[in-house]
Amino acid sequence: MPALPLDEAGKYVAAAYLVFLALLLIYVAIMASKLSRIEREVVELAELAEDDEQTGTPARTRETVA
Amino acid sequence: MLTAAFALVFFYAPNDADQGFIFKIFYVHVPMAIVALVGFVAGGVFGALHLRSGESKWDMRSYVTIHVSVILAVGVLVTGSIWARASWGHWWVWDEPMLVSFLIIFLLYATYWPLRFSIEDREKQSRYASVFAIVAGAFVPLNFAAVRMAESFTHPQTGTTTTSAPGSVTLTFLVALAGMTLLFVTLCKYEMASKHATFRLRALRRRLAGDDDELSLTGRSAAPQL
Repeated sequence: MPALPLDEAGKYVAAAYLVFLALLLIYVAIMASKLSRIEREVVELAELAEDDEQTGTPARTRETVA
Repeated sequence: MLTAAFALVFFYAPNDADQGFIFKIFYVHVPMAIVALVGFVAGGVFGALHLRSGESKWDMRSYVTIHVSVILAVGVLVTGSIWARASWGHWWVWDEPMLVSFLIIFLLYATYWPLRFSIEDREKQSRYASVFAIVAGAFVPLNFAAVRMAESFTHPQTGTTTTSAPGSVTLTFLVALAGMTLLFVTLCKYEMASKHATFRLRALRRRLAGDDDELSLTGRSAAPQL
């Protein structure tokens, strides 16, 4: 099969590289959302630990009493 | 490294005498395929190390390498289809062994997560997943060798293309392969760091809640536990 002219081949080459870029971006976006969830949990746990320090009672004891 | 590779692809490497500009697809397609296949084999090696040592870190490494390899395999199938459409006029050719064998490998690894998820017991899950990773990992080079030995004149083969290619093509291909390998390692490390952080957080949350039951907060999951 003869080689495609540049204007036609360019579309396919661009599509292939865009697919690769899109895959990479989707993966990074998913990982970023996971990391932000981890960050939220860290803040939540830090607040819990801070409460423990202030009240002098571990969270588990308070939950059992409640 | 990948940026350098893509710069070489478009500004340094010449167009192929037969395929013309379409050949540029191979600089992303072939390195992705090689790294994905090596990743599958590495997943099997990590699975073997897990079975041998019983350490969960090897199960985690096996899981993550297979995960990233499957993502690359999706890229291989899509970019391969784009090349096939441009070169052969068809998105997919069923009588081409290289394409079909890669699809079989991809579908085989697509069953890895359902397999893990179907086993509730964590110990059994990691052991069975390691056995799967070893068997499937051994299948990959066998399958590759079988396809290579099969006589096919339709799909261009990487070794024959680069050995007879000019130095600029070989250099560009090697830089692209190195870039893809580094990307693979980076993504694996990134995902492993994320999983480690998640498990440490869950452990901390369990400690704060005074809960010793491993499954009570994490629930059933295909992901390995540390």
